[in-house]
Amino acid sequence: MAESVSILEHKGFGVTQRRDNWWIKPLLVFIGLSAFGVYSTWAAWQGDNFLFTGHGAYYLSPFYSPQVQLWFGLHLPFSFAFLILWIPLGFRATCYYYRKTYYRAFFADPAACAVGEPKHRHYHGERKFPFILQNIHRYFFYLATIVLLFLWYDAARAFFFRSAAGHLHFGVGVGSLVMLINVMALSGFSFGCNSLRHLVGGKLDCFSCSRTARARYKIWGKVSILNLRHAEWAWVSLFSVGLTDLYIRLCAMGTLPDVRLFIIK
Amino acid sequence: MSTRVFKVWRGDSAGGKFVDYQVDVQEGMVVLDAIHQIQRQHAPDLACRWNCKAAKCGSCSAEINGKPRLMCKTRLDGLPVDQSVNVAPMKSFPLIRDLVTDISWNYTVNKKIPPFTPGADATFLMRQRDVDRVQEFRKCIECFLCQDVCHVLREHDLKPQFFGPRFLVRVASLEMHPMDTLDRLKLLKDEGGVGLCNITKCCTEVCPEEIHITDNAIIPLKERVVDKYYDPLRIVLRVLMGTGQDGGAAEK
Ligand code: SF4
Ligand code: SF4
Ligand code: FES
Ligand code: FES
Repeated sequence: MAESVSILEHKGFGVTQRRDNWWIKPLLVFIGLSAFGVYSTWAAWQGDNFLFTGHGAYYLSPFYSPQVQLWFGLHLPFSFAFLILWIPLGFRATCYYYRKTYYRAFFADPAACAVGEPKHRHYHGERKFPFILQNIHRYFFYLATIVLLFLWYDAARAFFFRSAAGHLHFGVGVGSLVMLINVMALSGFSFGCNSLRHLVGGKLDCFSCSRTARARYKIWGKVSILNLRHAEWAWVSLFSVGLTDLYIRLCAMGTLPDVRLFIIK
Repeated sequence: MSTRVFKVWRGDSAGGKFVDYQVDVQEGMVVLDAIHQIQRQHAPDLACRWNCKAAKCGSCSAEINGKPRLMCKTRLDGLPVDQSVNVAPMKSFPLIRDLVTDISWNYTVNKKIPPFTPGADATFLMRQRDVDRVQEFRKCIECFLCQDVCHVLREHDLKPQFFGPRFLVRVASLEMHPMDTLDRLKLLKDEGGVGLCNITKCCTEVCPEEIHITDNAIIPLKERVVDKYYDPLRIVLRVLMGTGQDGGAAEK
């Protein structure tokens, strides 16, 4: 019988008896979220190339929709994307799933399960400022849903192309499909929201006690289906929104040709 | 038949160390089998708790290769074959001896939760759709692995301020019960410390009963607490209508 000399683990950042590569996932999340953060900030700063109108198309970047500056005739010293971007940003920042990811990847609180955390910190969870603000997530959901309606409009608009004579014709370009897929991914993310799940039916104690309760139970069931894959929707929609902006940007810059599949004249 | 090295924690609250044991491995063995073999062949005084060997009593919780797991549900063929197997007691509870910890704190927390309180006219004719949701929570075998892994207890030592995931599950099973009449949201927010949970989901990752602890219990409870204490519009409405905080209680 051989004896080892180690003692039961103490606390400290990264201290664990886990043998697997527990640090890979938080690292990938760190890289993924940082990359999106850097790209979206850069794209929002640009203030140009957010709209592609080549050959009658009308592709509007999701970072720049709705175009509120046009409604109010605003002349801003900064990119108007910032007038809107705080809504989806706040929605994602207060999302229960993203909270998990950035508490783990950026705050190491904890970086992974049964792995030691950095020492000497007063932990208040979500009970004190700033994280107590996570409790208003449902308001960001309301606002983000309004923005989502505009994105659905933009996606539908991307299927109509203006001819030289000024008429709109239904058609499909790669950009139309990109925008449609993006708005579907964003909807899959939004309508699997935990706050929505609560509001539509989760808050009820009895699902069968009234006709409305039974109807709400059905909606709750549908939201629960999306909610089960909320993490996947979160990532897919994050990448889709970034890639949609990139696609439109490259088309607008003339770097990428938008392939038109067909137009019905 | 092959042999594998098990590094098993031996000691008590005064100190201890990992001790290596050779175990003859047979097909289908779980970690608890190996511990029993060690008791038979090398260390009859090795302390460990177990009862059912069927993942149903919740007694044999330990940390295997650093992960909180049931010893009787962890097959050896699921662990890396080229490494020794580490078996340690749960870290978040006071050590009694070897693999046995003092989990009595959990029972004191349990006593703080007002039990099921049906109304006088409760018929108990429940629809399946109402049973399903609370049924998931009733699967809990009180292994306390979720309590062990929860960083609020494990890293931040906040036992006096936080019930821990197992008991948030219990509160959820009562709060979402259609026949229950009590409102435990204040308890949940204050003494239960639901706001200390940062929904990092380690409890869900380790639960051997695969209860969706965060998505189905903790997050819905957090949302109910928001209804009652944090939703600014509801607060204004309650003030205007003079209904006080009870106006935000979950709908029956
Ligand atoms: S999700 Fe909350 S209760 Fe579960 S382990 Fe994490 S902090 Fe603890
Ligand atoms: S909720 Fe799951 S992990 Fe927690 S005590 Fe119950 S069975 Fe064990
Ligand atoms: S919980 Fe993720 S969007 Fe609401
Ligand atoms: S011995 Fe009963 S759960 Fe493992």
